[in-house]
Amino acid sequence: MIEIKNIHKSFGSHKVINDVSFVFEQGKTNLIIGESGSGKTTILKLMVGLHEVDNGEILYNGENFPTLDLKGKQEIRKKIGMLFQGGALFDSQTLEENVRFPLDMFTDMSKEEKQERVNFCLDKVQLTNKNKLYPGELSGGMKKRAALARAIANNPKYLFCDEPNSGLDPKTSIVIDNLIQSLTKEFNITTIVITHDMNSVVEIGEKILYIYKGNPWWTGTGKEIFNTTNPELLDFVFASGFMKEIYHAVKNK
Amino acid sequence: MKLFFHFGRYFLLIKRVFSKPEKLSVYTKQILYEIDKIGISSLPIIAIISFFMGGVITIQSAFGFTSPLVPLYAVGFTVRESMLSEFCPTIVSLILAGKIGSNIASEIGSMRITEQIDALEIMGINSAGYLILPKIVAGVVILPFLIAISMFLGIVGGYIMGLAVGAVTSYEYIFGIQAFFEPWKLYYSFTKVITFAFLITSISSYFGFYTEGGALEVGKSSTSAVVYSSILILIFNFLITQLFYT
Repeated sequence: MIEIKNIHKSFGSHKVINDVSFVFEQGKTNLIIGESGSGKTTILKLMVGLHEVDNGEILYNGENFPTLDLKGKQEIRKKIGMLFQGGALFDSQTLEENVRFPLDMFTDMSKEEKQERVNFCLDKVQLTNKNKLYPGELSGGMKKRAALARAIANNPKYLFCDEPNSGLDPKTSIVIDNLIQSLTKEFNITTIVITHDMNSVVEIGEKILYIYKGNPWWTGTGKEIFNTTNPELLDFVFASGFMKEIYHAVKNK
Repeated sequence: MKLFFHFGRYFLLIKRVFSKPEKLSVYTKQILYEIDKIGISSLPIIAIISFFMGGVITIQSAFGFTSPLVPLYAVGFTVRESMLSEFCPTIVSLILAGKIGSNIASEIGSMRITEQIDALEIMGINSAGYLILPKIVAGVVILPFLIAISMFLGIVGGYIMGLAVGAVTSYEYIFGIQAFFEPWKLYYSFTKVITFAFLITSISSYFGFYTEGGALEVGKSSTSAVVYSSILILIFNFLITQLFYT
C-alpha cells in the first residue's frame, strides 16, 4: 500500500500540485486521471522521487519516502517497477538483456535462473521468442509490453505506469490494460496507472483519483464515474460526443 | 556565476560517479564494452593521422634545415620530440575529444531525453555511476595505449616517408630518434594523456547527463562537450607543461 498525504509541489512560482492525499491499495489497479497538464505525471514523479515534494508525506507501507536518505530510497526503488510513457528501454541492449538487467543488478540468481525468469516475463507479455530483438526493431505496442516485462522482472511490490496506452491503437491498448490488471491480481502488486484514456478508466479502474488543475477533485471507481455530478469530471468523461452517445444508449436500455 | 554553478554541479556529479558500485561484475562488463567502444574503434583514425603526421614532420624538417651546421639526424630527433611531447598526447587527445566526447555526450543525452536515465534511477541504480564510471575508467586505461601506438606509428611514418622521398637515410633517422633521449619526457606525456582522458570522458558525460529538452538539446550538449573538453585540454596542457619544465 502507498499513501500520499497532503503533498504540495511548485515549480518556481507556479503551483502544480496542491494538497493531494490518496491511498493506493495493494492488489488493485489504482488510477490517476485528469486532463493533460493537470499534474498527473508530476504526482507519479514525486512518488518515485524523480521530483522532491515541497510538503507532505509519501508512505510506502508506513515509510516516509521523501525523508529517507539515498540508500533508503534506493532500497524502496528496488521494489518498484515502472512502465514509462515511451517505454524507456535501453537502446543498446536486446529485449532479453533489458529484462535481465534488474536481475543482473540486484540478484544472485544463476545464469539459468535468470534466463528462466526472462522467458517467463516475456511470455507473460506475449513476446515469446523475441529475446534477441533490439528496441529499435519493435513496434510501439511491443515496446510497451517489453517495458512491462522489464518492470515485473524483479518481482516488484509497486508498479507505476505512465500513460501506458498513449500512441497505441484501441486493440493494443486493451491488451496492455488487461496485462496490467492481470499482473496486479496475480502478483498482488500495488499498481498506479496514469491515464486519460476513458476506456482504461472503465475497464481497469478499481480506485480512481481525478486531478483537476493540480487539485484532488474526485475519488471513486470506474463504475461510479458515470454517476458523478462533478461538472469538471463530467466535462472530462464526456469530452468525446461518442462516449456520451454510448453512455445514453446503455442507460436507456 | 553560471561558471560556478557548472563547477559545483560537475564536482557533485563526480562524487556520485565514484560512489560504491551496486554490482562490480556488471560494471566490469561495462568497462570492457567501453574500452572496445572508446579505444579500439578509435584506433584506425589515430593510426592514419599519426602515420601521415610523422611523415609530414620528417619532410618539413628535412627540407627546412637548410643550414649545413644542422646535422641530418636532427630530423629524426625533431620527429621524436614532436610526436612524444606534443603531437600525440595533446593534438591526438584534441582529435579524440571530438570523436569520443561527442559520442559520449550524445549517447547519455539521448538516454536522458528518452527517460532511460530515469528508468535506471527508479530501479534503484546510481545512474551516474553506472553510466559514467565505466567510461572514465575505460578512457583512462585505454587512451595511454592508443597514444603509445600513435607515437610508434608517427615515428614509423616519418621513417618510411622520409626514406621514400629521399629526405633522410635510414642510419641518420634511427640515430636521430635515439639521440639525447630523456625518459622523464615520457612521464610528462603520459601524465598529460591520463589527465586528458579523464577530462574528455567526465566533461562529455557531464554535458550529456544534464541534457534537458529534445534532439536539438542533445546536439547542443554534444557541441558543448567537445568545446569545453578541448579548452580544458589546452589549459591543462599548459599547467602540466609548466609543472614539468620549471
